[in-house]
Amino acid sequence: MPRVQGVKKVLVIGSGPIIIGQAAEFDYSGTQACRSLKEEGLEVVLVNSNPATIMTDTHIADRVYVEPLNVEFLESVIRKEHPDAMLATLGGQVGLNLAMELDEKGILRNYGVRLLGTQIASIKRAEDRELFKEAMEKIRQPVPESTIVETVSAAKEFAHKVGYPLIVRPAYTLGGTGGGIAHDDGELDDIVNKGLTYSLIGQALIERSVAGWKEIEYEVLRDAEDNCITVCNMENVDPVGIHTGDSVVVAPCQTLSDREVQLLRQASIDIVRELKVCGACNVQLALDPDSEQYYVIEVNPRVSRSSALASKATGYPIAKVAAKIAAGYTLDEIKNAVTKKTTACFEPTLDYLVVKFPRWPFDKFVTADRTLGTQMKATGEVMAIERNFEAALLKAARCLEIGCRHLQLKHLAGLPLEELRRRVATQDDERLFAIAEFLRQGGTVDEVHRLTKINPWFLQKIVRIIEMERLLQTGPLTAELLRRAKKLGFADEVIAGYTGQTWQEIRQQRKAWGIIPTYKMVDTCAAEFEAATPYYYSSYAMEDEVEVTSRKKVCILGSGPIRIGQGVEFDYCTVHSVWALKELGYETIIINNNPETVSTDFDTSDKLYFEPLTVEDVLNVLDKEKPEGVIVQFGGQTAINLAGPLAKAGIQILGSSVDSIDRAEDRERFDEVLTQCEISRPRGHSVTCLEEALAAAHDVSYPVMVRPSYVLGGRAMEIVYNDEELRHYMEHAVQASSDHPVLVDHYLMGTEVEVDAICDGREVLMPGIMQHIERAGVHSGDSIAVYPPRSLSEHVIKTIIDYTVKMALNLEVKGMINVQYIVRDGNVYVIEVNPRSSRTVPFLSKVTTIPMVDVATKCAMGLSIREQGYKPGLQYFPDYYACKAPVFSFNKMSNVDITLGPEMKSTGEVMAVDYQFSRALYKACIASGINVPHEGAILITVADKDKPEATEIAAGFLELGYEVMATGGTAAYMREHGVEVETAVKISEGTPNLLDDIKEGKIAMVINTSNHGGTAERDGFRIRRSTVEHAIPCLTSLDTAKALQRVMAAMRHRRIVSVVALQDLSWDD
Amino acid sequence: MQKIKGKLVLMDGSVYEGDLYGRRDAVGEVVFTTGMSGYQETLTDPSFCSQIVVMTYPLVGNYGVSPCFNQGERCFFQGYVVSELCDYPCNWRSEGSLPAFLEQQDVPVLAGVDTRAITRKLRNYGVLKGVITGLDTGEEKIKEMLGEPDVHDQVKQVTVREKYRMGEGKYRVAVMDYGIKRNILQYLVSFGCRLTVYPAYTSAAEVLADDPDGIFLSNGPGDPKDLPEVIENIRQMIGRKPIFGICLGHQLLALASGYDTYKMKFGHRGINHPVRDLLEHKICISSQNHGFAVDEKSLDDRVEISNVSLNDNTIEGLYYKTHPSFTVQYHPEACPGPGGHEYLFRRFVKMMGGDR
Repeated sequence: MPRVQGVKKVLVIGSGPIIIGQAAEFDYSGTQACRSLKEEGLEVVLVNSNPATIMTDTHIADRVYVEPLNVEFLESVIRKEHPDAMLATLGGQVGLNLAMELDEKGILRNYGVRLLGTQIASIKRAEDRELFKEAMEKIRQPVPESTIVETVSAAKEFAHKVGYPLIVRPAYTLGGTGGGIAHDDGELDDIVNKGLTYSLIGQALIERSVAGWKEIEYEVLRDAEDNCITVCNMENVDPVGIHTGDSVVVAPCQTLSDREVQLLRQASIDIVRELKVCGACNVQLALDPDSEQYYVIEVNPRVSRSSALASKATGYPIAKVAAKIAAGYTLDEIKNAVTKKTTACFEPTLDYLVVKFPRWPFDKFVTADRTLGTQMKATGEVMAIERNFEAALLKAARCLEIGCRHLQLKHLAGLPLEELRRRVATQDDERLFAIAEFLRQGGTVDEVHRLTKINPWFLQKIVRIIEMERLLQTGPLTAELLRRAKKLGFADEVIAGYTGQTWQEIRQQRKAWGIIPTYKMVDTCAAEFEAATPYYYSSYAMEDEVEVTSRKKVCILGSGPIRIGQGVEFDYCTVHSVWALKELGYETIIINNNPETVSTDFDTSDKLYFEPLTVEDVLNVLDKEKPEGVIVQFGGQTAINLAGPLAKAGIQILGSSVDSIDRAEDRERFDEVLTQCEISRPRGHSVTCLEEALAAAHDVSYPVMVRPSYVLGGRAMEIVYNDEELRHYMEHAVQASSDHPVLVDHYLMGTEVEVDAICDGREVLMPGIMQHIERAGVHSGDSIAVYPPRSLSEHVIKTIIDYTVKMALNLEVKGMINVQYIVRDGNVYVIEVNPRSSRTVPFLSKVTTIPMVDVATKCAMGLSIREQGYKPGLQYFPDYYACKAPVFSFNKMSNVDITLGPEMKSTGEVMAVDYQFSRALYKACIASGINVPHEGAILITVADKDKPEATEIAAGFLELGYEVMATGGTAAYMREHGVEVETAVKISEGTPNLLDDIKEGKIAMVINTSNHGGTAERDGFRIRRSTVEHAIPCLTSLDTAKALQRVMAAMRHRRIVSVVALQDLSWDD
Repeated sequence: MQKIKGKLVLMDGSVYEGDLYGRRDAVGEVVFTTGMSGYQETLTDPSFCSQIVVMTYPLVGNYGVSPCFNQGERCFFQGYVVSELCDYPCNWRSEGSLPAFLEQQDVPVLAGVDTRAITRKLRNYGVLKGVITGLDTGEEKIKEMLGEPDVHDQVKQVTVREKYRMGEGKYRVAVMDYGIKRNILQYLVSFGCRLTVYPAYTSAAEVLADDPDGIFLSNGPGDPKDLPEVIENIRQMIGRKPIFGICLGHQLLALASGYDTYKMKFGHRGINHPVRDLLEHKICISSQNHGFAVDEKSLDDRVEISNVSLNDNTIEGLYYKTHPSFTVQYHPEACPGPGGHEYLFRRFVKMMGGDR
């Protein structure tokens, strides 16, 4: 039972959708914490809008509310559940901000909800800049000279007093949104303006910049008895100036003397004690590289991305322990779950180091500003563990899933030294690779240090990597040299590149010489005590300490870093697959490298290997463990891509075969499948030049969907409507050739429908069908999906069932299959089939209550659907509706066009459930961050082809009492058709124009579809970006606009706030 | 530094190969320490005299060396075993590289070793005697070296030759130097003590004749039972003046009080050890370096256990009830390791009549 008296029911606030600055780490820590509280006999009520999480599984919390994370809905949950207490420090900044709002509005007091763990007063003293400064002055901890401003002029006044450069940090935001470093008045003006908009309280902190200093972090835990420990310290390879979330980070600190370590450790502890944090706390410090002077930069009195990293880096479960502290325990009363003998009151010590490398979305957002600063831009991260820095760094590079196997990027290799020097001086995502290239071509450590302020210790390690490259180039490849190369972390493939062999040859030679990796345990104590956690990393050392059991075992491949297109949903699937295999009595082995996730928690699988997901790294583990086979269908594209090479190496792929995967992925082979099944798809051709493209387009007729079969990093997919646009695409966006053809398919403007099904090889289980709100052409990951479908005829549903079953059986699927259809005029067309788990599986599992991954895993292992107690076929539709809506992080990414299209842009998703459709949709919109306006003006500016539809929408909004504004042409057209709208001034028509209207808050929402080319396109882009900067909703699909209009209409005459626990969803049959 | 192929051979026959730097072989008790920083403080801590020390943290020497980190006048290690030795240090305090320092100190180093494997061995089997030597050294020679009698006179090697004074404070403290770390001296001075530092074997009569306000028993190397003469001197000082002891000093006062000590399986060496203070009701993370401990079963009611290890419940501190004395097994002076133990020095000063 918990130590805190009078507490039986605890409310936990999750962190909501994945956005830049807030990724899967809060699913990991939240899941750990919920379990930890339940262990104490507490009833846990969870609110989190993100369905793609383990923590929203109905067995993790007693009551799970997948509801919007705002005060209104939280109050509703509190009113319904009457929790005695609440934990505010597990849901990231979102959870923390909500807790403060609930407190300020008196809701906690009114309902008698007490806060467990860190109290509001402590949170405020850490979060409010002025209070924080006071607290630090009180205990004589140095903070950089700073001031808090609410206006730009106040910022300038301060700047003229202390001088540039200055850092601007808006108060109460996520991941440093809107912050930046200003070097002059102009930049200051710009950054402060933006920052004030993003700050929840309209404040920004301006402070003296300590850019270039060492950036050090401490993870601290404190209990109510004032016992205080530091779990881990971390050193950013990138000095102060780049957000720690965008920095390469190493743990423990490498370049600090013990004196410096202890100085900063003591400072961190003193701060946490002064703030009376009761639980976890992150302290960020800047240390002068040339003295022992330091500044406290920031304190986060909650679990964080860094605490997740520290947990994985050390094996110390920070969130679990923080939850126990909240439940009233002291550190010495909590058992060390790793050693099972010692207590949680100790400081982990490592006998390895970890390197964290951020994963940025610039492969998807090719136009985005890639420079890094105080605003975080990474969507995810990877972690590598090794016993030397070089090897950890190279492992991390291999984990990134950006096609590199080494600290080397192909497109940098040929650049002249001068260009490389410029790249070294540019703080962007490729800087470390540019540094390596610069050093390779003769640049010096001194110069790189001068340009980057990166500590020469790190740079020297890169030099060592380059020296090894030279040795390998010169040869000969002796056993001794190969062993040294492997110790330094070189991949077989990379060694093969230098010696002119294949990676298979290197691998064979290596094994013949007995050079194989050993696996070491992460045990929190540098082997001082025996540990029970089966959590390993590879190292080319002497002793392998992993005991291979004689149990039957299966290896599950994870999905690597969180990135656009591959989010936390695949981690959800990985974890469920492990659980299902455990139920079947298998020993489960996970290979993954994402420190933010539940799958890499030490008690998820029987064994966890923290390794890159490359063929070599995976094969090394498999060589050792010799499992019955490998499951690839839950690890997203990362794992699927490994299926072929692994099968070739003789590994059994469990579930759908490599041939099934290939038949679904290869265009020609898939055409055969469709022919055999008598299913149609939109007509198309593959072309190799403009002439062919034009001919193809004329043959299938416009509009056409065009995409390269091989993505060169340009805009990949587009819908084009005429010859001119096609010409533009072929000439600018792609380089077509016979090796890299471009696919030209007829674009069917119809309803998009998505199905996730499970096949056991004989029969097919279809838990549900989802209908998209946006018409085909918007990537399925960026569409609002509705379950069950609302407007499909019985005939269409029958056809979809028939097609899905036929294809699943024809492809011999064993496990999961995902199909995307277009429905037009009662006809059903297939767009895409993936014989693997998809993004929508967690959503569909939750709303249908069928544990899809579990069932699919068991099918992959040979059980039938019926044996598992399920009836094949499409399951009954429930009497409630569920919506899944995408969430974007555009405010973190300047220069990215927010128009929805065939390329996915969202970083996360939310779900909402209700017995009324419009209420479910409303909740989904609110949860996804669309600030649905209750009144005001709606600006409509659309492409010519969209004018008729937009006119209907405009009429609808006028009817609802909104003002509608439109630009010249659109306005004229609407008035011609009897819809009286106001005319907005176009950008090209001079100032003041509609941009000023947006800036001044005169416009509450924008509906914009874009024309291709010319000023219209450029103006459209500026309008859309300005909506992002001023945080007003901008809808770029008329379908979304129509749906939202429906919601707004429903809001007029119905109570819209109503919450329902997943446990209460009933099936009225 | 010249490098040859070398190996560490343990008493049980296990062999760990690596690169050997240094001009001589090393024979000694092999112990591991888990601190991730503070290698120079460890290297110059006289308590490690005659031992072969294995660093569990794999990267050693990253921030170079500086005289300001020294805890003793030189390194008393027999040998040093590391995974990787950094020859390109980077820190503003660095005045040289660790390899150069080790060469100058004439400490043989075995590098490139799987130090975790050795640690696991020592954890499971307990501390073992070992030899660092060239790879081609024959079995006979190794057997001979391992057969050498164990060293028992470490304190003699590390104690100061002649007494000296330090500090200008109010409280006159007699410091018995059994291999004292510099930071203890600095701490005492900073707390207002005027120190007279005596060689380990100075008689009680001589010390007491100087009429100090308090007596400090320092840390030091080896088995406390190797020092009967020292123990006898301490016995004569008990009750005459307030006594504060650290590490070996703690064990010696216990022996002088009639209690017993024993050799631990593999000791406590690191800077992350949690200790519960039963008097102050708090837990501190401490720096530790000891292979012996006071036997709880031998205690009587004249003494109270004031501190215990949270990891294994061994005694970490004693408070004497019949005379104003207290001792701790761990290192409140840190260096390397965490601070937060200043209150012990304050308590000592208070016992001497101070008000700090």
